[in-house]
Amino acid sequence: MTIFSTLLTSVVQEGHGGGGGDFVPFLPGLVVLLPLLGFVINGFLALRHARRSADAVRAGGELDLGGPGERPATHTLPSLVGPGVMLLAFLVTLVNFVRMLGSELHEPMVVHYWTWIDTGAFHVSAALQLDQLSMVMMMVVTGVGFLIHVFSVGYMKDDPGYPRYFAYLNLFVFFMLVLVMGSSYPLMFVGWEGVGLCSYLLIGYWFSDREKADAGKKAFIVNRIGDFGFLVAMFFLFVTFGTLDFVPVFHDAPDALVYGGGLATAISLFFLLGATGKSAQIPLYVWLPDAMAGPTPVSALIHAATMVTAGVYMVARSSTLFALSPVGSATVAGIGVLTALFAATIALKQNDIKKVLAYSTVSQLGYMFLGVGVGAYAAGVFHLMTHAFFKALLFLGSGAVIHSMHHALHHTHNHADPQDMRNMGGLRKYMPITWTVMWLATLAIAGIWPFAGFFSKDEIIWQTAAFGGAEHAPFPGLYTAYWVIALAAAMLTAFYMTRLMVMTFHGSNRTGSAEEKHLHEAPAVMWVPLAVLAVLSTFGGWINVPEAIRESFLGGFGVLPMTEWLHHWLEPVTATAHHIQETNLGELSHYAPFGGGEVAWAVISTVMALVIVVAASRVLVRGEVKPAAEDAEPTGFGKVLYNKWYVDELYDRTVVQPLLRLSRFCWKWIDAFLIDGAVNAAGLVARGMGWAGSLFQTGNLNTYAFFFSLAALVILGVVVF
Amino acid sequence: MTLILEAIGYGGWALHALVWLPVLGMLLVLRSEEESAKHVAFWWSLGVFVLSLGLWWAFEPGWGGMQLASSTPWIPAWGVDYALGVDGISLFMVLLTTFTTPLAILGSYRYIGKRQRAFYALMLLLEAGVVGVFLATDVFLFYVFFELTLVPMYFIVGIWGGERRIYAAIKFFLYTAFGSLLMLVGILYLFMKAKTMLGVPTFALAELLQVPLSGTEQLWLFSAFALAFSIKVPLFPLHTWLPDAHVEAPTPGSVVLAAVLLKMGTYGFLRFLLPLFPVASQHPTVVSVMMVLAVIGIVYAAWVAAVQPDAKKLVAYTSVAHMGFVVLGIFALTLNGIQGGLVVMISHGLSTGALFLLLGMLYERRHTREIEAFGGVGRVAPLFATAFVITALASIGLPGTSGFVGEFLALLGTFETHPTIAIVASAGVIFAAYYMLPMVQKVFFNALEKPENREMEDLSGRELVILTPLVALMILVGWHPTPILERMEPSIEVVLERVEEAAAPVMEAEMLPGSETSHAPETAPTTSSETD
Repeated sequence: MTIFSTLLTSVVQEGHGGGGGDFVPFLPGLVVLLPLLGFVINGFLALRHARRSADAVRAGGELDLGGPGERPATHTLPSLVGPGVMLLAFLVTLVNFVRMLGSELHEPMVVHYWTWIDTGAFHVSAALQLDQLSMVMMMVVTGVGFLIHVFSVGYMKDDPGYPRYFAYLNLFVFFMLVLVMGSSYPLMFVGWEGVGLCSYLLIGYWFSDREKADAGKKAFIVNRIGDFGFLVAMFFLFVTFGTLDFVPVFHDAPDALVYGGGLATAISLFFLLGATGKSAQIPLYVWLPDAMAGPTPVSALIHAATMVTAGVYMVARSSTLFALSPVGSATVAGIGVLTALFAATIALKQNDIKKVLAYSTVSQLGYMFLGVGVGAYAAGVFHLMTHAFFKALLFLGSGAVIHSMHHALHHTHNHADPQDMRNMGGLRKYMPITWTVMWLATLAIAGIWPFAGFFSKDEIIWQTAAFGGAEHAPFPGLYTAYWVIALAAAMLTAFYMTRLMVMTFHGSNRTGSAEEKHLHEAPAVMWVPLAVLAVLSTFGGWINVPEAIRESFLGGFGVLPMTEWLHHWLEPVTATAHHIQETNLGELSHYAPFGGGEVAWAVISTVMALVIVVAASRVLVRGEVKPAAEDAEPTGFGKVLYNKWYVDELYDRTVVQPLLRLSRFCWKWIDAFLIDGAVNAAGLVARGMGWAGSLFQTGNLNTYAFFFSLAALVILGVVVF
Repeated sequence: MTLILEAIGYGGWALHALVWLPVLGMLLVLRSEEESAKHVAFWWSLGVFVLSLGLWWAFEPGWGGMQLASSTPWIPAWGVDYALGVDGISLFMVLLTTFTTPLAILGSYRYIGKRQRAFYALMLLLEAGVVGVFLATDVFLFYVFFELTLVPMYFIVGIWGGERRIYAAIKFFLYTAFGSLLMLVGILYLFMKAKTMLGVPTFALAELLQVPLSGTEQLWLFSAFALAFSIKVPLFPLHTWLPDAHVEAPTPGSVVLAAVLLKMGTYGFLRFLLPLFPVASQHPTVVSVMMVLAVIGIVYAAWVAAVQPDAKKLVAYTSVAHMGFVVLGIFALTLNGIQGGLVVMISHGLSTGALFLLLGMLYERRHTREIEAFGGVGRVAPLFATAFVITALASIGLPGTSGFVGEFLALLGTFETHPTIAIVASAGVIFAAYYMLPMVQKVFFNALEKPENREMEDLSGRELVILTPLVALMILVGWHPTPILERMEPSIEVVLERVEEAAAPVMEAEMLPGSETSHAPETAPTTSSETD
C-alpha cells in the first residue's frame, strides 16, 4: 500500500528535477498517468463485458448488443473515458509546451519519481525527461492520438469488443509516452516493448480470425529480433559509461567514445537493429504490412503516426552516439533509402487500400531514417511529424472508405473484399469530404508545394546531397547514390498515391448496383478528426522552412508566415551531434552532386511530382479497372511486385522452416534419443541393484525413511570413525 | 510492525516455527477427516505464510551476514548442529516457499481426488523440507533437508501423477539422488579436513569456510557439489528428468517443483559453491563450462519448448531456459549478475508457478494438455485468457514485469565479464517469444471450433484468489524491485568479497599442481575469447 501511495503522490506533485533553466514543468507525470487510468477503467469494463459475452457464447449464441445502428449501453463509458483521458493528456502536454516555449531550456529537465532498479552497481530511476525532442513527440502522440480516439468512437461503433479496444488503445498511448518521455534507455525499452505488446494485441484484436492472430504474433516475434539489438546496445553502453541515463551518457560520449571507433559503431549498429524492427525497415519490415489486420484506426495510430516512428525517435535521441560513428550513420541512411525505394515498388502493385498505405509507411519511414542517417536529425523528426499528420489522415480516410464499403456490402450480404480498391471506384460522389481531405494528404505525401510533406521530404533529400558533398564526407559516392535513390522513390510515391486515389474515388463505381446506394459519407465523429488532420497536413510543414526556400519565391520571398522554427527548437538536443559532425566533416555542401542549389532542386522535385500526379491521374482514370472477382492475375514483373518480391516466402524457407526443423531435431534426437537414451541405459544397468526400486513403489514412507537414514548413518560412521 | 514483532519475541522463534509448523500441520492433516484435509492444509500453510511475512520487518536490510541465527548441538559426537539463520539470499527463497505452498494447495482442490490426507500431509512435509534447506546454516542439516525434499516429491509424482508416473518418479529420484550422494562425499571430506585442522568435529558452514583448501581440492569438491546442484537446477544436459517429472506430476507438485525445488540448486551455488570453493568458482575453465552450459540451456531449451505438443511439457522446458539465466548471472560474479539471477529465481517462481496452476485449471476443464485440442478459449474464458497472457508475458521477460528486471540484470552482469556469452544469451529473448506466443495463440486465440471448448468455464472465485496475488506480484516487482534488491545486495557483497579475496593469492602463486594442469588458465581454450 505504501508503495502505491508513494507512487501516486510522487506523480501528482510538481516535478523536482535537475537541469532545465527557468522551465517549470506542469504535472508531467499526469500525461503518462491519464492514459494508464483510461486503460484501468476500460480494462475493467472490458472484462465485465467479455464475461457477459462469454456466457452468451457458452449458451450457444452471441451477446445481443441491440439493433443495428443503436449504440449499445456498454459503449457509453468507454466512449467517454477513452478519448477523454487523451484530451486531458493533450491539454497537460500543451501547458507544458507553452511553458517550455516561454523559457530558456538548454539542458533537459529530468523529473525523478522513484528508484526503479538499484543493485549498487547499476542504478536507474523511474524518471521522465522533458526537453524539446520529447515535447514534440508528446504533442504528436497525445494530439494525433486524441483525434484517432475520437475517430474510433465512430469507426468501432458496432464492434462487440468495444471496451477492450479502448483499453488496448489507452494502454498503447501510455507505453508510447513512456517511450518518448523516459529519461534512460531501460525506460525507453519499457515503452519500446510495451508498445510492441499493444501492437500485438491490437493487430490480433479480432483474435478469432486465425490470420489476424498470426499477424499479431509475427509482429511480436519480428520486433523481438530488433529488441535483442536494443538490449545488446544497452549492455555496450553500460560497460562504457556505467549508466544508461540519457544526460550523463550523451555528456560523456564525445570523450569516452572515439570518433569512428569500433565501440561507437557497435553501439550504433545494435541500436539500428532495434530500430529496424520497430520502424519496419529492411530486413525486419515484413511484419508491418501484415499488421494491417488490425482495425484501421490502429493502423493510423500505431502503424503510421506513432509507434513505428519510435526507431527514428531513438536515433534522433541518440544523435550524439550516431554522429560518432560515420559507418553507423551511413548504414542508417543506407537502410533507410533502400527501404524507401523497395517498399515504394511494392506499393505500386497492391490492390488492398491499406496494403498500399502500409508499404507507403514503410517507405516514408525509410526517408526518416535517411534524414537521421545524414545528420539531419531535425529533418528526420520534422518528417516524422508531418508524416504523422498526413499518414494518419490517409489511414483514417481509408478507414472511412472501408467503413462505407463494409456497410454497403453488408446490406446486400455481398462477400466481396471491402478493402480491395478494385471493388471501389467513383466514391467521390458519395464521400466528398473524405475525397477532399485524402487528396490534400496525397499532395502532401507526394511532396507537392506548399503541403506539409514537401518541406519535410525535400529537406531530407537536400540534406543527403549536402552531407555527401561535405569537405570531408566519409563516403561521398555512397551519398550521391542515396540522393538519386531518394529522388526516384519520391517519384514512385507520387505515382502509387495517385493510383490509390484514382482507383478509390474516380472513374465509375465497381461496388455493384445494389450496393452502390448504401455507400455514404462518414459521420461527423469521423470526418471532423479528418478535417483537423487535413489542416495540419496542408500547413504543418510551414513550421520548418529552410531559410533559402523561405527567402525564395517558394516562400513568397519571406512574406508567407513560414519559419525555421523546428530546427532551432531541437537545436539544444542535437547540438552535440552537430558539433561532432562539423569538427570531423567540415562544412556541408551548398550544391547537389549534379549542380544546382537547394531552391533549384526543391522546384525540380515538386514539379516532377506534380507532373506525375497530373499525368497519372489522367492516364489511370481512362484505364479500365475490373472488380476483384473478374480481374486477371498479374503477370511478369508486376507479379513479382504484387507478391512483394517473395520476401515472406524467402524468410519462411531460410529462417522459419529451418529453425522449426532444428528445434524438432534437438527434441527428438538430442533430448529424447541421446540424453534420455544414455540415462535409460544407465538405469537398466542399475536394475540389478535397482530391484530395491520396487520397495519405493510400496508407497511406504517409513520403510524408505528408515533405509535412507540407515544408509546415511553407515556412510557417515565409516568416514568418521 | 517492528514493535509488535519485538513484543512477541518474533526473532527468537520465527525460523524454527517456519520449519516445524508445517510438520505439525502434517500431523494435523493426517489426523483430520479425508474431506477436510485440504482445508486444514490450506489454512495451516496460509498461517505459516502470514507468520513468515514478519521476516520482512524482522530482517535488517543493510546487513549482509546471517540474521536471527541460532545454533543448538544436535549430534554432538559428530559436531552436527541444529543451526538456522537467514540472510538476503535465503530470505526471498523462504518467502517464495511459504507464499507458493498455500496457493499450490488451493490449486489442487479439484485435481486431487484420491488419498487426500496423505497428499496434503506430503505437501506440508515438502514445505518444511524446502524451508529447512534455505534456512540451514549447518552443512549436515542442510543435507538432511535437501534429501528430505526428495521423499515427498517422489511420492507426489509417483502416486498422484499421470500415466507414466512411475517412470518419471524413478527418473527424478535416481537423477537427484545420484548427484547428492557425490555431494555427501564432498561434505564428509570437508568435515574431515575441518576436524583435523580445528581439532573438534563441526559441520557449521561458518567454520567450514575457515578450512584452507588447495586449488586441486577445491576443483574436486566443486565438481561434487556442482553436480548435485546442477541436476537440481537443472543445467543442460542434466535436465531430462524435469520435463517428465513436470508432465506426470499433479498440478501442485509441478508448482512447487518449478517455483522452489529448482531454486535449491541455484541457491546451493550461492550459499555453498561460491563461498566454500572461491578459487574453483572463478577458475576460467570452470566459469566457461558453467556459462556455456547455461547458454546452451537458454537457447536449446527454448527451441525444444517451441515444438512441444503438450503445453505442460513446453512450460517445463522453459524452466531450463530461465534457470540458465540464473546460472549465467551467478557465474558472472558481478553484483548485477547475481542480483539479476536472484530476481529471475523469484520471478520464475511467480510466473512459472502461475503457468502450471493455469495449465492445471485448463486440464481440470478439458482433461487434456494437447495444445491442438484448444483454440478460441479467450472468447468463453476472458479472465482466464487475461491471466494467462499476463503470466506468459512475465515469463518471457516483458519490461514492466518481474521477468524483465531479472533477465536484464543477469545479462547486464554477464556482459560485464563475458560479453560474447551475454550476447548469445540475449538471443534468448527472441526465442522466448518464439515458444510462448504460438502456444498462447493456439489455446486462447483462433476460432472457437471445438464444441468441448465452447462450454469451458471461466475462472472461478477460488481460482481468482490463487492467481490474483501472483499476477499482482509479477507486475509490482517489475516496477518496484528496489525493496528486494536492497535486501539482497549486502549478502551478495559478502559472497563476492569472499570470491575476490581468494583471487589474490591464486594470481600470485599460480599454484595448481601438476596433476591439474588441464585446469590451468593458459590451457583453457574457450576462455580467452570470452573474457576479453
